[in-house]
Amino acid sequence: MRIVCPICGERDRREFYYQGAALPRPADDAGTEAWHDYVHLRDNQPGPLKELWYHEMGCGSWIVVERNTATHEILGTQLAEVGLEGEAQ
Amino acid sequence: MTDLKATSPCAGLAPTTIGRCTLSEVEQRTMTSIAPFRGAEAQVDALLKAGSGLGWPEANSSLISDAARISWFSRGQALLIGVAADRALGAHAALTDQSDAWAVVRLEGEAAEAVLARHVPVDLRGQSFGIGATARTELAHMMASVTRVGPSAFEVMVFRSMARTLVHDLKSAMEAVAARG
Repeated sequence: MRIVCPICGERDRREFYYQGAALPRPADDAGTEAWHDYVHLRDNQPGPLKELWYHEMGCGSWIVVERNTATHEILGTQLAEVGLEGEAQ
Repeated sequence: MTDLKATSPCAGLAPTTIGRCTLSEVEQRTMTSIAPFRGAEAQVDALLKAGSGLGWPEANSSLISDAARISWFSRGQALLIGVAADRALGAHAALTDQSDAWAVVRLEGEAAEAVLARHVPVDLRGQSFGIGATARTELAHMMASVTRVGPSAFEVMVFRSMARTLVHDLKSAMEAVAARG
């Protein structure tokens, strides 16, 4: 599996560390239910999923990777700095 | 007080030649990491051009002069090698002395690409990784910086604490490549 780092280019999966689903972070005062949902609850549907990966062995960027969890196809990547701000709800 | 003697990171470990590849330690040089503050990239570039004639390197590349080199070193960071950083840079970037923080070796010879290919998951062949090309990548599970410094020569850096592992793993790869003839 290879992931395109927006800074370094296409790199081997071994250079990256996997964090988990890339979700919009609730506001600090959003309440227990919203935070419980953010921290613990996942739909776990097969198919495209936005995830956070860290280019640990490379440039040190956090990257939002859209990956098909059924086929491991990488559908797109962008810096988390851009990605998460862009989709905040 | 005891008279302490400084040793280089790979003292006693290199040089060695196995097959068509030579591993040697690069003499310690002044190395400074430069991380421009947000929005200060242009000033840093201008100061680097004025000071050493180098400038700010693009990702995965280096700028080289007779006395010095600046290599891209990670997101928003470059490593100036061979000359001291202009103190004026300190107003626009975080400067950190890295001179004795890294183990730096030179791998040279016809088989150097084949040796590195055993540990580094990046295409380091000349057609895609020319002189001055640099990559932050993995080398045998260590965070490494690999730069091509000659037609068949690479400079490889890992944290100083991993010097022995670096030499061990590179020697193993050199032996394995040599055994294939």
